[in-house]
Amino acid sequence: MSVQKETQNPAFYMLMVVLVVMSLGPIVLMLATSFKTNVDVYDSTVSSFFFTPTLANYETVLCNVLWYEPTHVDYCDPTFGRSLGNSIFVALVSTVLTLFMGCMAAYALVRFRFMGRDTVSMTTLLMRMVPPAVLLVPVFGIWTFQYRLDGTFTGIILVYTAMNLPFVIWILQSFIVQVPIQLEEAARMDGANPIQIFLLVVLPIIKPGLAAAAIFTFRIAWNEFLLGNALLDRNTRTVPVTIVNSITEYDINWGVIMATGMLLAIPPIIFTFVASRQIITGMTAGAVKG
Amino acid sequence: MSIAIRANRLTPYMFMAPAVLILVVALLYPIGYMVYASFLDWSPSQRIGEADFVGLRNYANLLTDEAFRESFWVTIKFASVVVTLEMIIGVGLALLLDRNIRGMSMLRTIFILPMMIAPIVVGLMWRYMYHPTVGIFNRTLKSLGFEEGIPWLSDSTWSFVAVVIADVWQWTPFIFILSLAAMQSLPRSALEAAEIDGATGWQKIWMIKLPLMMPVLIVTLLLRLIDAFKVLEVILVLTNGGPGLSTEIVALRIFRTAQEFQELGEAAAMSNSLLMLLMALTIGMFVFNKIQEGRAERMRLAANQEAH
Repeated sequence: MSVQKETQNPAFYMLMVVLVVMSLGPIVLMLATSFKTNVDVYDSTVSSFFFTPTLANYETVLCNVLWYEPTHVDYCDPTFGRSLGNSIFVALVSTVLTLFMGCMAAYALVRFRFMGRDTVSMTTLLMRMVPPAVLLVPVFGIWTFQYRLDGTFTGIILVYTAMNLPFVIWILQSFIVQVPIQLEEAARMDGANPIQIFLLVVLPIIKPGLAAAAIFTFRIAWNEFLLGNALLDRNTRTVPVTIVNSITEYDINWGVIMATGMLLAIPPIIFTFVASRQIITGMTAGAVKG
Repeated sequence: MSIAIRANRLTPYMFMAPAVLILVVALLYPIGYMVYASFLDWSPSQRIGEADFVGLRNYANLLTDEAFRESFWVTIKFASVVVTLEMIIGVGLALLLDRNIRGMSMLRTIFILPMMIAPIVVGLMWRYMYHPTVGIFNRTLKSLGFEEGIPWLSDSTWSFVAVVIADVWQWTPFIFILSLAAMQSLPRSALEAAEIDGATGWQKIWMIKLPLMMPVLIVTLLLRLIDAFKVLEVILVLTNGGPGLSTEIVALRIFRTAQEFQELGEAAAMSNSLLMLLMALTIGMFVFNKIQEGRAERMRLAANQEAH
C-alpha cells in the first residue's frame, strides 16, 4: 500500500488554512494585545495586529523579578511575580507526586490479582468525573477545620494530586497492558524482585505514556482556579487566582491582563509543540481503545 | 507460570498503598463529607460539628429555588447545545479531512492548543474579543457599517451564544482528533469492498464509516458531555453567569452559593445533585463499554468457530 501523499483538491488546503486561522486567531490576538499599550487598545484607529509593540506590559507584570527597574512602573505590584513562582512550584511538585503514585498503582492494577482490585479499579474510574466544583465545599471545610492546611502549599498539592490520580492511573494502565509480559518474566527468571522489574523493565518502556500523563497532570494543576481560590491566601496564590482577582475591577487594563494570560499560557503551548504526539496518544488511548 | 501467582502476596498492596492513601484522604473522604454536609445548615465560619442538622431541607429548598432550577436548565441547555454542535462539526471535519493531506499533523498540533490553555485564559481572550467597543467582533461590524454592534455579553440571548461559541472553539478539536483517530483505524477491507461494489462517497460515509465508528463516537460523546457539565472558569471570566441568570450553570451556582452567599449546606446539596448526574453518565459509559467488549468477544468467537 502506498503511503505517499497524493495531490489533493486545493479546496482541502483552503479549509485547513481556515481552520488553523480560526483556532490560532484568538491566541495570536492575545499575544498581539499583550504588546500593546492601553491607550492603543482603546484607540479605534489602531489596528488589532499592526501597531508599535512594547514590552511595557510584561515589565509591569514581572516588575519584581526583573533584574532592572522598568522606568514606566510607578508602583511595583509583587503579586504576579510571586504567584508565578507559586504556580510553578505547586504544578511541578503535584505532577511528580501524581506520576510516582499513579504509575505504581496502575502497575499493580494491571499485573497483579489481589483482593479489592476490582473495587479499586471501579472507584478510580468513577472518580475521574468528579468536577472541582463538587469538591469545593468539602475540601474547604476539611482543609480549614480538620487538616489545618488552608493557605499552605501542602494543602493544595494534596488536592491536585488526589484529583489527578484517577486519570493518571487510568491512562497508564492502557500503556502498561501493552508491555510484553515475557520481558517481565525473563527479568524474574534472572532473579529480579517486583520493584526492580517495575523500575528497570516496565518504566523505561512506558516512557511515552508517562510523558502524556505528566503533561495532562501539569496542565490541570497549572490551570486550576476554583480550589486554589478557596484554599490559598495572599502569599500562596497561583496565577489563575491572581488573574481572576485582578479582572473583577471595572476598569480593565487589557494589555497587562493579556500579558499575564500569555505568561500563564506559555508552558502549555510549549508542551503542545514539543509533545503533541504523546498528547494525542493519551487523549485517544481511552476513547478509541475503550 | 505467571508473575501474578508467584509474586509475594503483599507486593500489590505495597504498590497500591500511596495512591490509595491519597485518594481516601483527599478525595473519597471529602466526597463522603459533602454528602453529610448536604444535610446541614452550615456557614463557613462554623466547624462542621457546630452546624445544625436539618435533614432534607437543603434539597427541598433546591426544588423550590427558582434560581437553582434556572441554572439547572441553563446547564442542560448549554451541555446539549455545545455537545451537539461539537459532534456535528468535529465529525464532519474528520470525514472531510480523512485523507492523505500534507500538514495534517501540524493541523492536529495547532488544534490541541485551545484545549491545553487555561480555561481562565480562554475566558479572557474571548472576553476581550466580545468587548462592546474594543473587541474585534464589534470593531469589524462597525467597519462594515453596523454602527450598533452586537451586545455580546450584556444581552441574555447573545451572552448564551457567546459562551457556546467559546466552548465550541475550545472543544470541537477534541471530537475531531478522536473521530479522526477512530476513522483511521477502521478496517480498510470493508471500505475497499464497498468501493468494488460501487458505493458512492455518501454511501460509504452513512453505511460503513459512521456505523463502524459508532462505539467510539458514543464514548466520545459521553466524555464530552461529562466535561460540558464541569465547565466553569470560561463562563466565570466571560459573564460571571449574567446578565441575570442567563449563563449561570450549576457549577458556577455552586461556586457562588459557597463563596458569595456563604450557604455551604445548600452548596453541598447542589454539588451532590451534580455529582449524581455525572455519576449516572459515567456508569452509562462504563456499561456501554462492557456491552461493546462483550459483543466484540462474541463476534471473535463466532469468527473463530467458522474458521475451524
